[in-house]
Amino acid sequence: MKALSISGLQKTYANGVQALKGIDLEVEEGDFFALLGPNGAGKTTIIGIVTSLVNKTAGKVSVFDYDIDEDLDGAKACIGVVPQEINFNQFEKVSNVVLNQAGYYGIPRALARERAEKYLRQLQLWDKREELSRTLSGGMKRRLMIARALVHEPRLLILDEPTAGVDIEIRRSMWDFIRRINEQGTTIILTTHYLEEAESLCRNVAIIDQGKIVVNDRMSRVLRKFQLETFIFNLAEEIDEAPVIDGFVVRQVDEHSLEIEIGPEQNLNQVFEKLSALGLTACSMRNKSNRLEELFMRLVESKGTHQGDGTGARAEP
Amino acid sequence: MRLKAELIGLQTIIYREYKRIIRIWMQTLLPPSITMSLYFIIFGNLIGKRIGQMDGFDYMQFIAPGLIMMSVITNSYGNVVSSFFGAKFGKHIEEMLVSPLPNSFIIIGHVAGGLMRGLLVGIAVTIIALFFTRLDVQHVWVTVSVVFLTSIVFSLAGFINAVFARDFDDIAIIPTFVLTPLTYLGGVFYSISLLPEFWQQVSKANPILYMVNAFRYGILGVSDIPIAWAYLIISGFIVLLFSVSLYLMKTGRGIRE
Repeated sequence: MKALSISGLQKTYANGVQALKGIDLEVEEGDFFALLGPNGAGKTTIIGIVTSLVNKTAGKVSVFDYDIDEDLDGAKACIGVVPQEINFNQFEKVSNVVLNQAGYYGIPRALARERAEKYLRQLQLWDKREELSRTLSGGMKRRLMIARALVHEPRLLILDEPTAGVDIEIRRSMWDFIRRINEQGTTIILTTHYLEEAESLCRNVAIIDQGKIVVNDRMSRVLRKFQLETFIFNLAEEIDEAPVIDGFVVRQVDEHSLEIEIGPEQNLNQVFEKLSALGLTACSMRNKSNRLEELFMRLVESKGTHQGDGTGARAEP
Repeated sequence: MRLKAELIGLQTIIYREYKRIIRIWMQTLLPPSITMSLYFIIFGNLIGKRIGQMDGFDYMQFIAPGLIMMSVITNSYGNVVSSFFGAKFGKHIEEMLVSPLPNSFIIIGHVAGGLMRGLLVGIAVTIIALFFTRLDVQHVWVTVSVVFLTSIVFSLAGFINAVFARDFDDIAIIPTFVLTPLTYLGGVFYSISLLPEFWQQVSKANPILYMVNAFRYGILGVSDIPIAWAYLIISGFIVLLFSVSLYLMKTGRGIRE
């Protein structure tokens, strides 16, 4: 079954801005799906339409076969959403933020209390339950929104930048938590600016740019297809300029380091051989950035416009 | 099954509104009580003694129903407009909008909040009034039903104001420039029989006149207008304002993009 099915989705705002230009997207039940794109690409508009905070201009949206035009409440009952911006009542106690949300979803009070305790404990917020939510730190506020989104145990959890502004330790514990939720059967759609997050968590990915999907495929296939990594090599020798290495794009970073791009048909051994042949010794090396980030930047820069069939968009080095 | 879940949602909004009113009682319950005490002391006691009788009652007795009604109107309106606009401003309205709670229940829940505050303030002002004058309720059911229905009317009006409001100025404009003048000119402090014929007819275009007089009829047994008209107008406003609120929620005006 499709957790989310979108076809021909368009949105033109009152100021004339066309945010979505015909989006087709399907997310399978149980999937961990990344929806990526630069700021203003249309990710949050899609989420807004799915969660009924934004009215669509055209197109069809179904959540677990509930068409939002025919049974919006049925669709809403399946969704839990963690928005980009903090949107709980900052004057409410932490526990009440979760309990009220459970109430809006029709969860009886006793069950709501049980679940609130379960999720607040799992997200390390139980000790803060009696405090006003505005007194929480940024990371705690994000975790509170996750607890709130889970209290009605949705079949589809939409996370819009859930770890924005959160330190790396908490971010990683949130990843573990979200991964466990997905393993228990909840479909997850994640938008994030931390591409390593998407690469590490998600099985499928769609990249959206200027209101259109430019890539839509399995994460592994996307990474393999567009594999092009940039490595920084630290050299023992001092260099004045970047050496010419046949078949590779080489840039000088400073007098002791080089930046070398390695494409899908190339490998590191070839680089080491060529460096040795030039009398250069690689003392150490590291990735300049993660693979998805590199791919993402290239796609966005190339302004690919092919519809996402997994073959259309091609990153041009 | 779905209705049962929706009723839990409605109950949640009502309970949340109740807790809000009680939590900020210094803003919701205390100020109207102090203001009305001053009205009773200045207009009722000090000036009222020189005015003498109106419609056969001491001036203090005459204005007491009007002052109770005035506080019910302003507080019902104020509660919904501030609560709903506050939710819009703080974006936590989205908690309700993404949930499967029907629009009608979101409206009814907030109206219930307005009703609660209106009635609580109404009771407080009535108790204060009893320190200054005697009120022998003549028609209990008229008194209770009129105050109840009027509170609903102004809670709905406050809801619509909050939907349209874009900033805090927008939630102050209607109470300052529409609600207060209409209330003051709605027979709270005088009987319209004191006015020249032309102004009597003009006053009859003011819906608050009917609400204040119907309530006064319930307590004192006198009114400037037929009570049936008051019920008709109040009911008409409830149907109209509820329909408008529902339409606004459905189209998402001022709430959804």
